[in-house]
Amino acid sequence: MGLTLLLALRPALAQTPPEAQEFTLPNGMTLIVKVDKRAPTAVHMLWVRVGSMDEVDGVSGVAHVLEHMLFKGTAKVKQGEFSRRVAALGGRENAFTNKDYTGYYQQIPANRLPEVMALEADRFANNQWPDVEFTKEIEVVKEERRMRTYDSPRMVIYEQLYATQFVASPYRRPIIGWMNDLDAMTPQDARDFYRRWYVPANAAIVVVGDVDVAEVKRLAETTYGQIPAGVVPQRKPREEPTQIGTRRVLVKAPADQAYLALSWKVPNFSGFDATDDNRDALALTLLAAVLDGYSGARLDRALAQGEGRLADSAGASNTMSGRGPQVFMLDAVPAKGKTPEQLEAALRAQISKIAKEGVSEAEMRRVKAQWMASNVYQRDSIFNQARELGSSWIEGMPLDSADRLMDSLSKITPAHVQAVAAKYFGDDTLTVATLLPQAGARAFPRKPVAGSRHGEATR
Amino acid sequence: MKRFAWLFVCLVPMASWAGIPIQHWTMATGAKVYLVEAPGIPMVDVEIEFDAGSRRDPSGQSGLATATGRMMAKGIKAANGQPAMDENQLGEAWADLGAMVNANAGNDRMSFSLRSLTRPELLDAAVALAARQLAAPSFPSEVWLSERERWVATIRESNTKPATQAGKAFNQAVFGKHPYGAEIDEASLRRIDTTAMAQFVSRHLLLCQAKISVVGAVNRAQTERLLNQLLSGLPRTASCPQLPKVPEVSPLKEAITLRIPFESAQAHVFIGQPGIPRQHPDFFALTLGNYILGGGGFVSRLTEQVREKRGLSYSVYSYFSPGQHAGAFSVGLQTRPDQAAQAVQVATDVLSDFVRNGPSEQEVQAAKDFMIGGFALRLDSNRKLLDNLSNIAWFDLPLDYLDTWSAEIDKITATQIQQAFARNLQPERMVTVILGAKP
Repeated sequence: MGLTLLLALRPALAQTPPEAQEFTLPNGMTLIVKVDKRAPTAVHMLWVRVGSMDEVDGVSGVAHVLEHMLFKGTAKVKQGEFSRRVAALGGRENAFTNKDYTGYYQQIPANRLPEVMALEADRFANNQWPDVEFTKEIEVVKEERRMRTYDSPRMVIYEQLYATQFVASPYRRPIIGWMNDLDAMTPQDARDFYRRWYVPANAAIVVVGDVDVAEVKRLAETTYGQIPAGVVPQRKPREEPTQIGTRRVLVKAPADQAYLALSWKVPNFSGFDATDDNRDALALTLLAAVLDGYSGARLDRALAQGEGRLADSAGASNTMSGRGPQVFMLDAVPAKGKTPEQLEAALRAQISKIAKEGVSEAEMRRVKAQWMASNVYQRDSIFNQARELGSSWIEGMPLDSADRLMDSLSKITPAHVQAVAAKYFGDDTLTVATLLPQAGARAFPRKPVAGSRHGEATR
Repeated sequence: MKRFAWLFVCLVPMASWAGIPIQHWTMATGAKVYLVEAPGIPMVDVEIEFDAGSRRDPSGQSGLATATGRMMAKGIKAANGQPAMDENQLGEAWADLGAMVNANAGNDRMSFSLRSLTRPELLDAAVALAARQLAAPSFPSEVWLSERERWVATIRESNTKPATQAGKAFNQAVFGKHPYGAEIDEASLRRIDTTAMAQFVSRHLLLCQAKISVVGAVNRAQTERLLNQLLSGLPRTASCPQLPKVPEVSPLKEAITLRIPFESAQAHVFIGQPGIPRQHPDFFALTLGNYILGGGGFVSRLTEQVREKRGLSYSVYSYFSPGQHAGAFSVGLQTRPDQAAQAVQVATDVLSDFVRNGPSEQEVQAAKDFMIGGFALRLDSNRKLLDNLSNIAWFDLPLDYLDTWSAEIDKITATQIQQAFARNLQPERMVTVILGAKP
């Protein structure tokens, strides 16, 4: 996933799209508005800078459980009524929880914006429900975990990979939470999390569509702007200590194909200051694209084609930026008769080859051309535009990140890509997860393993 | 969850938005063109569709249409002084252009799509390359042999999953011998070779029957020029050959209940039967009714009873899949194995009650508010416009279909919904698949 969302690059060839504008309400809440008048619709999103990484041991999954509970009512809007009202407006809605953030959205006819802003502001400030609603909904969340994780060996392996790769960083816990933590979760855990983190200065409203900026600002002031200010809690850094040796984790699960993921710790792209870490993070993103950014790129060609191929598929990705530590991942499905060990060596050989020989100007031009185009295509969806603005805000990035990212990427040289291939792929910062398929009788572990990698939990 | 809800309601329009101007003409070859100009973004989408979906797979060769589509990206022949290209050269060329092509076979149609920027030098090159891919695929055998092995491995992997097994059992029970129920498996793939693909192309990719939808920053003249170039390599025929008729789906004779043992964290449940073809007169009544029954996100009866009231499932839904033939009507859910019996009972009761008694007036009004009020959301991107356009094209719907849609929905009454459900669904004669339940 990563690339298309992270690298929405605006090309000079397109008509200049209107810029997004940002305001801060007196209570500290952020408002971001972007006009797109192609159709009489709008998307309204509430982004809260709190996700699974803000949880502590014993209550993993509470950010996501709370997201479910926000649909359960307020003093004014009773259980089930929120969704009914949005539907009556012709709107569609849902919510999502990730490691770094929680988001809620409605897609609506543009003239219905006042109603959904009022509804969303109300539940941001006044969410309340009886314990019995929690008791039912926690069972729904457990079903969600069973569906997303237990019956999906690839999800189990990402969960185990993150749990192995990180020891201090809260990224080690699955977004959806460990099953035992869900079993033990109480209504008060969700309420405490809500009171602590759902304060105006920890949230942003994003509106994109056929709207008038001044009018949206006025609406925000009369709805969200009326919520009393609060204090954003101190966040402990919980930095991941330097890894000092390869870690390996084996996962047995009912499957037919083995699977292998190699994950290295790499720098976070934290902004547009020209620091070494920021520049390296961009070069690593280009490296991933050269390896796996298009059909017939290096990994596919070297590993997954023809008779005697080592892999049925192979991929590369750089998570690049976020509130927590970032990883560069190579993954592959071994072809019939080939072993994970062979594949591990072959994947690493592709990095070594670039470290030794570099990449061509043609490859660099190709991946940059592709990103420029994909940025234009991305503008087709106002939902995607809003998502991009919201996640930039979560990471503390400027609103014009997409343009600036293109500028910064275009300055990365082939030599720099070669240099990061040589620098970040040693043994000591590597974690390897291997799925060992258990054929025949499915010895399913009824007791927990869990998770979510790039995937996020939704309502 | 949304994914399911949208399957059926993707064609819905709205009242307050002035009509979408669709330009329509027939090319000299007989191909029918549908264009919506969307100048907002410098890009264009083209979709060309043929009566070459998997319902046309020869007996025993399930997967041929899909395989043919995939292999059309794996190499092109030399032509007009231009050299042959292999899959990797094609992949590089498309990436260099920032453009993409895709060939995809559904049950009914084979769709070729091209997405490109409209900057002339990029678009011209993209169209020229797509034209070669359409007219002169090289179908390299050695690539197919290795693709086939990768595909077989994927099927084996997929067969270890409860959702796959439940879905297969459901499909086979609902469709019997009809092509809609045909499974692509290892044996059927092993009967497919590249000669079969070339034959499939020459038999089914008939310009005289093609339906073409275009959305983007192009006008009619530009579109005509673009399409002439894009289709220039396909053979023109003096008369249009008729493809053999595909039989209709047979109704179920009796209830079928399949309890399949499986070790998984959740039991998977499907309940359903053959539904309706797209041209069925009850289409609108069933569309509106299904929103109330199990299509409407968090406000449907199934969600209310199975999820909200009882916490039995994360996802529960119902949908129709109308095509050329009667696609399935399906209710689906997943739940902890020991709760399967209860969940099936609740879902069955909701369904039976809905078919017997229909919705309330308030429910019908709420459904209309959602569908008519939200019409614009179904057309607010080039991608969505394209999907609507290709449906109009494929099912020969009137050009004012989007303009009259809201009025059609608004006419429907609670009684009509009840009658339409009672006519088309027989809860006492459905397929019920319960995989992985524990007593």
